[in-house]
Amino acid sequence: MNDRWLLILGANSDIAVETAHQFAKNSWNLLLASRDISNLNKVASDIEIKHQVRVKTFEFDASDFKSHNSFYENLPYKPDGVILAFGYLGDQQRAQKNFGEAKKTLDTNFTGAVSILEIIAEDFTERKTGFIVGISSVAGERGRQENYIYGSSKAGFSAYLSGLRQRLYKVDIHVMTVKPGFVRTKMTLNRDLPGMITADPKDVGIAIYKGILKKRNIIYVYPVWRLIMFIVKSIPETIFRRLDI
Amino acid sequence: MKISGWGRYPVIDSDIIHYHSEDSLFKSIDKHEPIIAHGFGRSYGDSALSESILKMRPAKRMLQFDQVSGRLTCEGGVLLSEILKTFLPRGWFLKVSPGTKFVTVGGAIASDVHGKNHHQTGAFSESVSEFSLMLPNGSVKTCSRSENKELFHATCGGMGLTGIILKATIKLQKVQSSTISQQVIKTASLRETFQAFEKFSDEPYSVAWMDCTATGDSLGRGLLNVGHFNDVGDFNYKPPGNFEVPIAFPSFLINNGSIKLFNQFYYNKNFKKVSNSKVSVDSFFYPLDKLKNWNRLYGQKGPLQYQFVLPKENSFEGIKEILTYLQRNNVYSPLGVLKLFGKQNKNLLSFPMEGYTLALDFKVDDKILSLLNDLDKKITEWGGRIYLAKDSRMSEEVFDSGYPKADKFRSIREHYGMNELFNSLQSKRLNL
Repeated sequence: MNDRWLLILGANSDIAVETAHQFAKNSWNLLLASRDISNLNKVASDIEIKHQVRVKTFEFDASDFKSHNSFYENLPYKPDGVILAFGYLGDQQRAQKNFGEAKKTLDTNFTGAVSILEIIAEDFTERKTGFIVGISSVAGERGRQENYIYGSSKAGFSAYLSGLRQRLYKVDIHVMTVKPGFVRTKMTLNRDLPGMITADPKDVGIAIYKGILKKRNIIYVYPVWRLIMFIVKSIPETIFRRLDI
Repeated sequence: MKISGWGRYPVIDSDIIHYHSEDSLFKSIDKHEPIIAHGFGRSYGDSALSESILKMRPAKRMLQFDQVSGRLTCEGGVLLSEILKTFLPRGWFLKVSPGTKFVTVGGAIASDVHGKNHHQTGAFSESVSEFSLMLPNGSVKTCSRSENKELFHATCGGMGLTGIILKATIKLQKVQSSTISQQVIKTASLRETFQAFEKFSDEPYSVAWMDCTATGDSLGRGLLNVGHFNDVGDFNYKPPGNFEVPIAFPSFLINNGSIKLFNQFYYNKNFKKVSNSKVSVDSFFYPLDKLKNWNRLYGQKGPLQYQFVLPKENSFEGIKEILTYLQRNNVYSPLGVLKLFGKQNKNLLSFPMEGYTLALDFKVDDKILSLLNDLDKKITEWGGRIYLAKDSRMSEEVFDSGYPKADKFRSIREHYGMNELFNSLQSKRLNL
């Protein structure tokens, strides 16, 4: 039996579940971590049955920074790769009025990510092995009035990953940033998304698996998003501030 | 959102609710009367249509598998195709499989679907050990033949009208290979077709394609297809990619001329009286699944499927009368599928009874709708019944006469308050 272990943080998200299936299909064993352990156990049994690999589940709270050290230390197997898939979309309107909502968004998407990944980066450096995947967002490429609290947390995360990539390159540890674009998930179920540029969670899972094999730095699931974001970023701020996008 | 059954008729505007988790389910459906669970949408008629529809497909996890007994516990939205993909390579097959693998486990239970082995093994519920059912008050009951058995027998075949099937435990069957040894027997008349069914009743799987355009002495001629899993072989299983029918075909393509031509060609393509071959699971059990959206071949309105069963002693005369009647009215079904059922089970609304079942496809128009009313009457007179999973039009009287346990079903619905939450267009039409 294969003895490679992949750690997925935030393993209940649709993207995480599909990514887990892709790796399991390719004989990776899984350490799945999330807050909702009862749903996670169902995800785990499904993967175990379908792909005949070993799957273990753990409770993990991204915004409970203090717990991160002991969480990682207590894992029964040290992972050979990690995918950070947790994230909190939050409610922009509410976050503007209520700092608690804004803080929760930042704590989860940015601070929580930094906290756990620093621990993992340290371990990977010491063991001279492993890869790190961070699921960020195109929303982090330019702040927009519609979701800038979420967007800025992801901007911070993307910048963090970029720096981490430089640092770990020297020890041959691959860091990949994923910017999925629109994805049909439980989070976006009721939104009317443009079909042509909206990916299924499974597409994201496949893209991540392939990206790891090819050691890509930054992936957009549909390449057209690279172009879209290039255009969005090219608009001068004086014009951008007047726009309603 | 506009939605319809597989027969693309009727089309209605429904609120769609997606299953998220068992814990949040009751809250999400409570205020949505009338609501009905919806699996993969392969029932033809209006049994999974309502003002609100609960999409169960997100409940698609497999939860437990016992490698010794072959018992699989999974959520209600798991597709049979997913079970095959996972387990056929390990030597397990469904104990009962319908003619499409694109149905959910919950849907297969609710319609108590049948397959080519009904004469030996019975309907899908025979493979069901137990399931969890959410009742209208939000409580969840485990139902089996020994626990809550009244709910078990009402739910198997109960068209989703007793509650939400959250998860189920089904028994898989050990097979020795993933290929089937198939025989095709060409028959020259209805009598010969019936005789062939009896003669080959030892074969676990059998179904006949019938040429509905043949008249006179050839009336009821066809190709009986029988088979069994090969004893030796490998378990290679690669589900075929499916070809998508891109648009609804113009419906004039299906006319009496093209139907006759197709049937004659299909009948005559088999030269030999008996031919043998080794075929894959997909080509034997799921020939139509290769064409995704094959219902579009029938045009914008889709195929109107009509499937009935007659008691065995009346089957020959009854089917002869029905075929002749359709031909006299110049109506032909492009595809006629005949099957001999085994004994009836204890479920209140399960379709199969011992006798012959015939499934016919029609293109929808006013003439066919009125002719089918006549057929309903004949089927009632012969003591038969019509399949709920394919129905969108039968009357309450025809239903009541075909399903003698309907009133028992109604009283269970009332007792649990199911009729105050779970309703489909079909249940309202049939006053269930």
